Amino acid sequence: MKSLEDLKKIREAAQNKMTMRMDDDQKYRVVVGMATCGIAAGARPVLNTIVEEVARAKLPVTVLQTGCIGMCTLEPIVEVFDKDDNKTTYVLVDAKKAKEIVVRHLMNDEVVDEYTVGKYKR
Amino acid sequence: MDELSLNILDIAYNSIRAKASFIRISIEDSVKKNLIRIVIEDNGEGMDEETVQKVIDPFYTTRTTRKVGLGIPLFKQNAELTGGSLSIQSQINHGTILTANFVKNHIDTPIMGDIIETMLTLIQANEYIDYEFNYKTDDFSFLMKTSEMKDILGDVKITEPDVLLWIKDFMKEGLKK
Repeated sequence: MKSLEDLKKIREAAQNKMTMRMDDDQKYRVVVGMATCGIAAGARPVLNTIVEEVARAKLPVTVLQTGCIGMCTLEPIVEVFDKDDNKTTYVLVDAKKAKEIVVRHLMNDEVVDEYTVGKYKR
Repeated sequence: MDELSLNILDIAYNSIRAKASFIRISIEDSVKKNLIRIVIEDNGEGMDEETVQKVIDPFYTTRTTRKVGLGIPLFKQNAELTGGSLSIQSQINHGTILTANFVKNHIDTPIMGDIIETMLTLIQANEYIDYEFNYKTDDFSFLMKTSEMKDILGDVKITEPDVLLWIKDFMKEGLKK
């Protein structure tokens, strides 16, 4: 049985981690569009997949949510910002593509060209 | 949107945009009453009567000074298709209560879908908002308050990935999934 007491252990572990890791060590910032258009297109599993994969691999990545990005027909949209604020926009993402983006882009620093908005428009 | 849990997520974002610091989501799922009742309550900015009318029916007025979305009309249509209803009570500076009733055994009643993912998404959206989640069926009930978790977590954020993973398992157990 899980109890709220479990959170004490998680807290201790997280506190140890925090002393080792400063916030500006974060390598990437990932932003997922979560407006009505995004949700209807399947953004929720995309967001949760990224959060989980980042957590399991303990990646130095911040995952954030935002509203409508303005290209509703291309939702779900995932934006990846690097430390210098260079942005990569992925469109029509699903949970499977999201996993691939985590592995290739967030872990191995490789832009997944075939899912980018640039590729889509070409 | 083909899952009630997606509608709930969408509607709860309205509460976040209304600067709520507390959001209560209550779901009653009863075979005996042949009812699924979803109540989303917040302590946000609230709306005047005209705005309430407008968010329910985006074509209520031709005024273009205020932008409204389609989330609530979609949810209302879903509820009414089953013979149910949707209503909103709101008071400026006090908050908003949205209630949706679905007839449980109606063929058009959407599935609940992944309500755990919906709650995790909301908790992840903003560490400063407190959620109360209440799920009740004919056989059991489950209550979760993020404020209680935050008391234990102290300076560790509830949006920490490890905490979110724990909440997921905690909810799975509580909802017997």
